[in-house]
Amino acid sequence: MLRLECPNCGVRNTSEFRYGGEQNPRPTPSTEVADADWIRYLYERRNVMGVQIEWWYHRAGCGIWFLVERDRRSNIVARTWRWQPDGAAAAEGSHSP
Amino acid sequence: MSLKLLRQGLGGRPPRMWHDRPLKDHYDVVIIGGGAHGLACAYYLAADHGITNVAVIDKSYIGAGGSGRNTAIIRSNYLTPEGVQFYDASVKLYEGLAQELDFNVMFSQRGHLTLAHNDSSVRTMRRRAEVNKLQGVDSRLVYPDELARICPQLDLSDHPRFPIQAALYHPPGGIIRHDAVVWGYARGADQRGVDIHQYTEVTGIDVANGAVTGVRTTRGNVSAGIVLSATAGWASNVAAMVDLPLPLDTFPLQACVTEPLKPILDVVVVSGSLHVYVSQSDRGELVMGASIDPFTSYSVGGSLDFLEGLAGHVLELFPFLSKARILRQWAGLCEMPPDFSPLMGITPVDNFLIDAGWGTYGFKASPICGKTMAELIATRQTPALLRPFRLSRFAEYDQVGEKGAASVGH
Ligand SMILES: Cc1cc2nc3c(=O)[nH]c(=O)nc-3n(C[C@H](O)[C@H](O)[C@H](O)COP(=O)(O)OP(=O)(O)OC[C@H]3O[C@@H](n4cnc5c(N)ncnc54)[C@H](O)[C@@H]3O)c2cc1C
Ligand SMILES: [Zn+2]
Repeated sequence: MLRLECPNCGVRNTSEFRYGGEQNPRPTPSTEVADADWIRYLYERRNVMGVQIEWWYHRAGCGIWFLVERDRRSNIVARTWRWQPDGAAAAEGSHSP
Repeated sequence: MSLKLLRQGLGGRPPRMWHDRPLKDHYDVVIIGGGAHGLACAYYLAADHGITNVAVIDKSYIGAGGSGRNTAIIRSNYLTPEGVQFYDASVKLYEGLAQELDFNVMFSQRGHLTLAHNDSSVRTMRRRAEVNKLQGVDSRLVYPDELARICPQLDLSDHPRFPIQAALYHPPGGIIRHDAVVWGYARGADQRGVDIHQYTEVTGIDVANGAVTGVRTTRGNVSAGIVLSATAGWASNVAAMVDLPLPLDTFPLQACVTEPLKPILDVVVVSGSLHVYVSQSDRGELVMGASIDPFTSYSVGGSLDFLEGLAGHVLELFPFLSKARILRQWAGLCEMPPDFSPLMGITPVDNFLIDAGWGTYGFKASPICGKTMAELIATRQTPALLRPFRLSRFAEYDQVGEKGAASVGH
C-alpha cells in the first residue's frame, strides 16, 4: 500500500499518515461501564483476516483523523471518509473537494 | 553412518524425514500450526509423555510461517523475572537440542550485544543486567573500551548522530539454523508416531457444551480430545472459530540478507534506538531486520521504506558496509500482544488451548513452549513457568510488561 486518500487533502504517500488501529467504539457512559467491558475495549481486538474499518491520522498533512475501509489480506482500500457524529452522513474521500 | 552417507551420495534417495499419512477420524490431540511451536509440542507429547495419537495440521508446508522467516536470534536477557526464567529454560533446551534430536541445529552461542545510545537506554540496560544476574543469566553492561574488543567492527567514535555509549552484553545469546529446528522436531515427532498433515487447512472448530470436540479441515472432519492452536500470526483467526477474541493485532515484520561476505561479524548486534539488528549467517550473509511495519496486515509484501530506513541505520553502526548489496528481502506475520508477553495455556473454551502472542520474538521460545504445553496437555496442570502468561491476566490486571526488552530486540 503506497498511497492513501485523505478526505481533506487527497491522495498522498502512506508515509505521511499514521495508522490508528481498528475502529473500536469506546463504551459509554464511562461511569457505568463494567470492568469486563473496559477490558474488552482496551485489549481485545477482532484482528480480522479480511475487511476492516480503521483509523488513520494525516500526520504530515492537515492533521485530521479519518476512517478507512481496507482488506487486510491485500491492503486494497475500498474507501476513506471523514468521521461524523452519530447519524450524520459520511463524507467520502472520493467526493471531497 | 559414513557408509550410508557414501551410498546415498552415490545416487540413492535420501530417507524421508517425515511422511504423508491418511487423516484419521480421531486424534487425542490435534495441533493446529506446523511451526516450531506446534511441532515441538507434538515431539515432547510423544517423547516425554508417550502420547502419540497426535496430529499436527498446517495449511501450508511446515515452517511456512514465522518459523521459516525469522532471523533466528536466541537469548534470555529479558526485563521481567517471569520472562527471563522462561526464555532461559528455552536457551538451556536449545543447548542440548542437537543431541536430543540427533540433528545438527547449528546453535552458535556467539554473544549478543544490545547497544545503548542515550542515558535512558543505559539505565534500562543496567536494570536488565541486574534482573538477569538475579536469575543466574550471564548478562552485564559493557562500555566502549571493552566493546571495542568484543566488536571492533562497530563505529564507536563520536561521528555518528547517536554515538554508542554502552551495551548490554549477553555471552550465551546467539543464532541458530531455524529450518533445522523445524525439521528436527518434525522428524523426531514423525519417528514416534505423530501424523504431520501439510497443506491441510483448519476451516472450523466444533464446540459442544462449552468444550471442543473436533476440527473441520479441507481434507475432512476429525474428532479430537484436545485442540491446541499454535498459529502465531493467524491466532486471532483460528480463535474466532470458537468465538474467542484475543488481545492480539497482526503486523508484518520484514528482514533481509546481503550477498554472502567473508566472515566479518561474530556477535549479534542490536540497537533498540536505531531499530535495527545484524548478525552474520554461516553462509556469510548479513541477516538484518528492524521493527514491525507501521500498520497491521496479513499481507507479506515487502517495502522500499523498510530497506531505506534499515540501510541508513546499519551504516551508522558499520560504515564499512556501504558497498554491500542486498540479496533478498521478505516478511512474516507477527501477532502483537499489549504487554509483549505470550498468551499460553487454557482458555474459556474447554479443551481448547493456545500458544500465541509471540510477536517478533517467539522462535527462541519454541523448545520450552513445546515442552510446557505438552506437560499441560498430559497432566492437565498448568506448569509454574506458564502461569504468568495465562490469557486471563488481562482481566486480572496482572500483565507481564516486556516491551523494554522485546520490541526491537526479538
Ligand atoms: C522477519 C522475522 C524475524 C524474526 N526474528 C526472530 C528472532 O530473531 N528471534 C525470535 O525468537 N523470533 C523471531 N521472530 C518471531 C518468530 O518467527 C515467531 O514468533 C515464531 O516463529 C512463531 O512460531 P510458531 O510455531 O508459533 O508459528 P509459525 O511458525 O508462524 O507457524 C504457524 C503455522 O500455522 C499455520 N496456520 C495458520 N492458520 C492455519 C489454519 N487455519 N489451519 C492450519 N494451519 C494454519 C501456518 O501455515 C503456519 O505454518 C521473527 C519473525 C519474523 C517474521
Ligand atoms: Zn489531510
